[in-house]
Amino acid sequence: MTYTFGLDTFGDRNDDDAGVPLSHAQTIRNVVEEGVLAEQVGLDFFGIGEHHTDFFPMPAGDVVLAAIAARTQKIRLGSAVTVLSSDDPVRVFQRYSTLNAISGGRAEVILGRGSSTESFPLFGYDLADYEELFEEKSALFAELLKGGPVTWAGKTRAPLLNQDVVPHTESGPFPAWIGVGGNPESVVRAARLGFSLMLAIIGGRPARFAAYSQLFRRALDKLGRPALPVGVHSPGHVAATDEQAKAEFWPRWRDLVTLVADERGFAIPTEESFDWDTGPDGSLYVGSPETVARKIAANLRVLQATRFDLKYGMPGLTHDQLMTNIELYGTQVVPRVRELTG
Amino acid sequence: MAPPPTVAVLGAGHVGPVIARLAVSAGYPVAVAGRGDPADIELVAELIMPGARPQWAADAVADAGIVVLAIPLHRFAEVDPGLLSGKLVVDAMNYWPASDGAIDAFEQGASSEIVAGRLAGAAVIKALNHIGYHELEDRARPPGAPDRRAAGVAGDDPAAVAAIAGMIDRLGYDPVRLANLRAGRVLQPGGPVFGAVLSRAEFELAVREEARSLA
Repeated sequence: MTYTFGLDTFGDRNDDDAGVPLSHAQTIRNVVEEGVLAEQVGLDFFGIGEHHTDFFPMPAGDVVLAAIAARTQKIRLGSAVTVLSSDDPVRVFQRYSTLNAISGGRAEVILGRGSSTESFPLFGYDLADYEELFEEKSALFAELLKGGPVTWAGKTRAPLLNQDVVPHTESGPFPAWIGVGGNPESVVRAARLGFSLMLAIIGGRPARFAAYSQLFRRALDKLGRPALPVGVHSPGHVAATDEQAKAEFWPRWRDLVTLVADERGFAIPTEESFDWDTGPDGSLYVGSPETVARKIAANLRVLQATRFDLKYGMPGLTHDQLMTNIELYGTQVVPRVRELTG
Repeated sequence: MAPPPTVAVLGAGHVGPVIARLAVSAGYPVAVAGRGDPADIELVAELIMPGARPQWAADAVADAGIVVLAIPLHRFAEVDPGLLSGKLVVDAMNYWPASDGAIDAFEQGASSEIVAGRLAGAAVIKALNHIGYHELEDRARPPGAPDRRAAGVAGDDPAAVAAIAGMIDRLGYDPVRLANLRAGRVLQPGGPVFGAVLSRAEFELAVREEARSLA
């Protein structure tokens, strides 16, 4: 089995050592350095998730990925996720096809329905329409990826008549995934449109997603499509010891989840719930390289997944803490996971 | 003992399959309906909620003793009230403007009361809305387990409340009855027990004052 390992960021705003938030601009420059380090430590993928808030100032991740592309040779670069419902599929294709050109064929996209919803009012979309928006736009994106002239009509954007959409890719479609947070109908949609499946697991027992992985395979089978990969995206933080990783991550996690709890329907985390989430049954990968590697290996097996993306960082962590996390993840966690799964 | 009534779960998204699985494992016959043709959710039902039978909504409801509404609230307007007339209906929906968009009618604090107003002829009970779908199965425990958690049940018809309290108990939670549907507002997002892990005693304490002033 060939496994690939990535890192995802939402451009989580950094603090300096004194706990003072850095500017959005400095945080973005730091993300570029983090992407370059990800390649240096041997990782396969670096992803940037679209967000529009003061603590995730990252609305144009493709621009940042282009800067990383210019300084790297091998690592694959993509969105994690693109909020397709509030974007134009034609523009998303054009931006990532341009990134694919700059990077010599290293672009990917992960499309999401968007559990962070701030882009909807920002761009004038009604949240009540998100299902229809995502359904239509993901179907159009699948057409655009094929590369030929596109003819399409729907309710959510202007029709296309035999439209050549540029830039063309040099060697066929770039990899495209759909991020799924727990809705089985979205799993079936990914199979139907021929996208790979990225399971976003941010709470509860990861093992409960094993049925989704199975559902994806069975749906592809039923549609007569070839097998496609399943990946896992989960948050975490790696430091020298379990104690240090938890001490660094916990206050940031608590503050962030508390801030969004009301609108997302999350329970306010307690030290007890955090211990459970970071323990063997939970979905946070926080700890020493050994602890995190064991958990990744176990869940890749249970979920029959071949890709693991660690969503690193949290608003308020420092750039140095993130660089240490990336270094440990690339040089210790991933080799250990390969050993455990080999 | 009478055989348990058939439970019809409307909604095959995040929440519906979790409730369907719990009901199947508690011994209920379960039917599930998505947005249309049951063929569309056949595979989802087979793998994600084995034992639940996919049906058209109208067929699922017709045979059911208990109907669970597990759809996003902004799609509630698509539900035909005539279909649910005379039924015992559990409203597991939540008003969540940040993820579903604002709906004017729900901005004043009522949620299940509005659902009940539209479903005249049905007995509407608010329940199963305040425990996250990530947790609903993991937290279920048999009666008497020391770490059993409480779950609220609110409604205006005492017999209907008793019936759903019985179901909640079978599904794995200590039912806590609230005075009426209006008092059930304490179960809503932002309320004292939403998403919280509480024993019966803790739950009763947490809702006591607010529920009394609402009722």
